[in-house]
Amino acid sequence: MDGWFGFQVIWDNMAHFLVGRYPSGPIGGLALTIWLAVVSCALSIVIGIFVGLLCVSNNRFITYPVLAVVNCIRGIPLLMVIFWMYFLLPAFMGMVVPESWTVIAALTIFTSAYMSQIVQAGIEGIPRGQTEAGLSTGLSRNRVMVFIVLPQAVRNMIPSFVNQLVSLIKDTSLAFIVGVAELTHVATQVNNRTMVYPAQIFLFIAIIYFILCFMLTSYSRYLEQKLAYRKAI
Amino acid sequence: MFQYQFDWSVVLTGQYAQWIVDGIKVTIQISLASIALSFLMGLIIAVMRMSQMALIRGFAHGYLEFIRNTPLLVQFFFWYFGSYQILPQGVNDWLNARDFEFAAAVIALTIYTSAFIAEDIRSGIRSIPKEQMEAARSSGFSYVRSMLYIILPQAVRLTIPPLISQFLNLTKNSSLAMTIGVAELTYQARQVESYTFRGFEAFTAATLVYLVMSLVITGFVMLYDKKVLSPTGMK
Repeated sequence: MDGWFGFQVIWDNMAHFLVGRYPSGPIGGLALTIWLAVVSCALSIVIGIFVGLLCVSNNRFITYPVLAVVNCIRGIPLLMVIFWMYFLLPAFMGMVVPESWTVIAALTIFTSAYMSQIVQAGIEGIPRGQTEAGLSTGLSRNRVMVFIVLPQAVRNMIPSFVNQLVSLIKDTSLAFIVGVAELTHVATQVNNRTMVYPAQIFLFIAIIYFILCFMLTSYSRYLEQKLAYRKAI
Repeated sequence: MFQYQFDWSVVLTGQYAQWIVDGIKVTIQISLASIALSFLMGLIIAVMRMSQMALIRGFAHGYLEFIRNTPLLVQFFFWYFGSYQILPQGVNDWLNARDFEFAAAVIALTIYTSAFIAEDIRSGIRSIPKEQMEAARSSGFSYVRSMLYIILPQAVRLTIPPLISQFLNLTKNSSLAMTIGVAELTYQARQVESYTFRGFEAFTAATLVYLVMSLVITGFVMLYDKKVLSPTGMK
């Protein structure tokens, strides 16, 4: 039983860690973690770009309220956002919302605020000459933004998007609090069942998260270097 | 939702208001303890990261990468549930006799935040021109002394804004301590919610407290940037 410093318990529960109760029940574990992170990331990139565009608008009546909301979201802990969604979403939708969608909504709102800042910085990083050249060829302001500035800006933003995905993967662990059976939640279940190997279990899932996040972090560094190289020539 | 009758007296008066206030106190205690410790530890890791010895440098690098790429919640659980396997018996007994949850939260927050602080300090140190070090060494200071008297004082001044935003993150992250049963602000808000079913009021109160903390600290950083850093020409 105590073979291999207690790491036997990891091996015995491996399927549980990776896919939860999948074939006989809902999907969970690592698969659900990745699903939550990827869906929230995709949604928050879209919302982030939209909000970021609002932030660089020339109209103060748009930028000030939007920036105020963004800064408020950045000023509170993610856990608070999750609780808000947990109580607000059912009240708004007038029906029971699955917990995983509560978490996706919270992660999306929270991350969109950070994404919008990335988008804003990315757009401001494009030389003014691009906008001026676009305008002087007769394109409207909106078209210049959508067809000239944004495509270049988005390319520069990709490394930051990947970094946000890393943060998201780490943040999905908070889904534990509303009972979504992602990796951390599964780990606490296994821990409650086996009782005597907490250090091994949590070290193991920390390593899983690490492998996932470290690969993405390295990838984003590689992208950054490639971008820097392209800018240099 | 729109038939909901707000009752703010729940969180403004009486026992439940007291809970929220207690929560604020614990949040501040955890944050201050972790801020002090994580700054110290971050400083040590940053210096190790720049050591001449590959082994120490490699260890610091590995530590940084591992801690930064692992969720804080998992680290909380690791220290909270796993401490009896990891820490010596004496330390565990000592902690158990006091406030074990609080200690586990401080350990987790310190270790997590120190990794981010170390990177901020390192980039601060690296932004000090190499000539400063060379000048210090050539006027007879040892490496440690030039670091201590010449480089670090300048680097720390430059690092203050990012450091403060890390401390702010730490304060927000301290909300995770509720998962291991520390009665801090978020925990108390949840507690009020489950006793009174006044979720909106309880979470509004907690959210406002976090917001005020964040806005005050962010405002302070902006002021520092403008009044202290810009005049020196360092920025």
